[in-house]
Amino acid sequence: MNAPPGIHPPMAMLAELTHRCPLACPYCSNPLDLKTRAEELETREWVRVFGEAADLGVLHVHLSGGEPAARPDLVELTAAASGSGLYTNLITSGIGLNEKRMDALADAGLDHVQLSVQGVDEQAADRVGGYTGGYRRKMDVARMVRERRIPLTVNAVCHRQNMDDIHCIIDLAVELGARRLEVATVQFTGWATVNRQQLMPTRAQVAETTAAVELARRRLKGVLVIDYVPADYYATYPKACMGGWGRVGLNVDPSGKVLPCHAAEMIPGLVFDNVRDKSLAQIWYDGDAFNAFRGTEWMKQPCRTCERREIDFGGCRCQAMAIAGEAAFADPVCAKSPHRYLVDQAIESLGVDFVEADFRYRAAPERTR
Amino acid sequence: MTGPVNERKASLNMASRPRLARGVRMREDKVRGRTVLLAPERTVALDETGIAILNQLDGKSTLRQVIDTLAETYDAPADVIEKDVVAFLDDLGARRFLEFES
Repeated sequence: MNAPPGIHPPMAMLAELTHRCPLACPYCSNPLDLKTRAEELETREWVRVFGEAADLGVLHVHLSGGEPAARPDLVELTAAASGSGLYTNLITSGIGLNEKRMDALADAGLDHVQLSVQGVDEQAADRVGGYTGGYRRKMDVARMVRERRIPLTVNAVCHRQNMDDIHCIIDLAVELGARRLEVATVQFTGWATVNRQQLMPTRAQVAETTAAVELARRRLKGVLVIDYVPADYYATYPKACMGGWGRVGLNVDPSGKVLPCHAAEMIPGLVFDNVRDKSLAQIWYDGDAFNAFRGTEWMKQPCRTCERREIDFGGCRCQAMAIAGEAAFADPVCAKSPHRYLVDQAIESLGVDFVEADFRYRAAPERTR
Repeated sequence: MTGPVNERKASLNMASRPRLARGVRMREDKVRGRTVLLAPERTVALDETGIAILNQLDGKSTLRQVIDTLAETYDAPADVIEKDVVAFLDDLGARRFLEFES
């Protein structure tokens, strides 16, 4: 189909191959209502979706989950994505990968591995991941990736309970031979919403982390590229969430549902199409959910006349929904939002003396039904 | 031809033999009618100059040879070409897009 004027083809697709995962991170970006194995797309369906994505203009595919290695057909899917010309990125906890499988993935054309780390030592990391032995396994998987000369990104979600280790996280990435480190401050969607008190960093922690990243970027130029997602709740303006709704990327969930972002299901009233019923092109260009917040027409004040409306696109729709109560409101982290006080209240309620509180861990898909 | 690969630190001099690192590749973006460089979480749209430079990188030719070849092909002064090539490759090196045969 022909692209309607003003809508650009997507650059990237996040393929959530499964919601199953051996880890139980309390900030998991998967929705609270996890898809079961029985609902997952079959191999041939994913293969078709990869072909449609490439035809549509997608350049990067992120094979993600849950844990994508929980799919027995991961190698076949990687080969199909790569064969369609897509740049294939595996976003993994490392659990479920071994030497043989890594060889097969490399042969299948895997371009890049993004390995999550939950902390800088075994005890702390395994506590956050909720999986004993996970940290050791990850160190081993990093070696396997390095030995095959596949570029490695270390992905560290940072929050109140590990942010003080930022210097060690950076050192660990270098030690593991990563070319790139992603320091992503926890975002309050998915499972993080039920662990906000335990996860939200303090203003001082965020300032320290920002300074540490800046310093390391200079020190490690040409060695390690650091991408940093700062804490938007301490910022003046919101982040350009997803690079704008329906503008850069799309997300296919394990059941084939196509979402403008991984958390979009929390917005009531949106109807999401499924790749089982429609082509990816139809969904991207004509789907109601994608058109709901495209461009600037949907905006209310203060966004509608804001000079930043095409810089941050009004911020994050899910955050507006979660905190301000309506998805079309300005992202409440924005200084111009009438709901900014709600973010400030959440920050103030953190308290000064922090006691390590228990996490509510992410459940397994089967247990949520 | 295949010496040890210095993956750790990208350093560029006239004797280095640069090439695109594993996981970094150039391809046609037919939908948008352009050529792009794909790398981890990055897409770089290339102009004619960028494409011409990258086409010369094979991990065998030294930077000096790459510059001389381009100067001859495009009938341009080597010092002008050198400035463009070094700036372009320095940038790619800082992003960890290159590796060097030694």
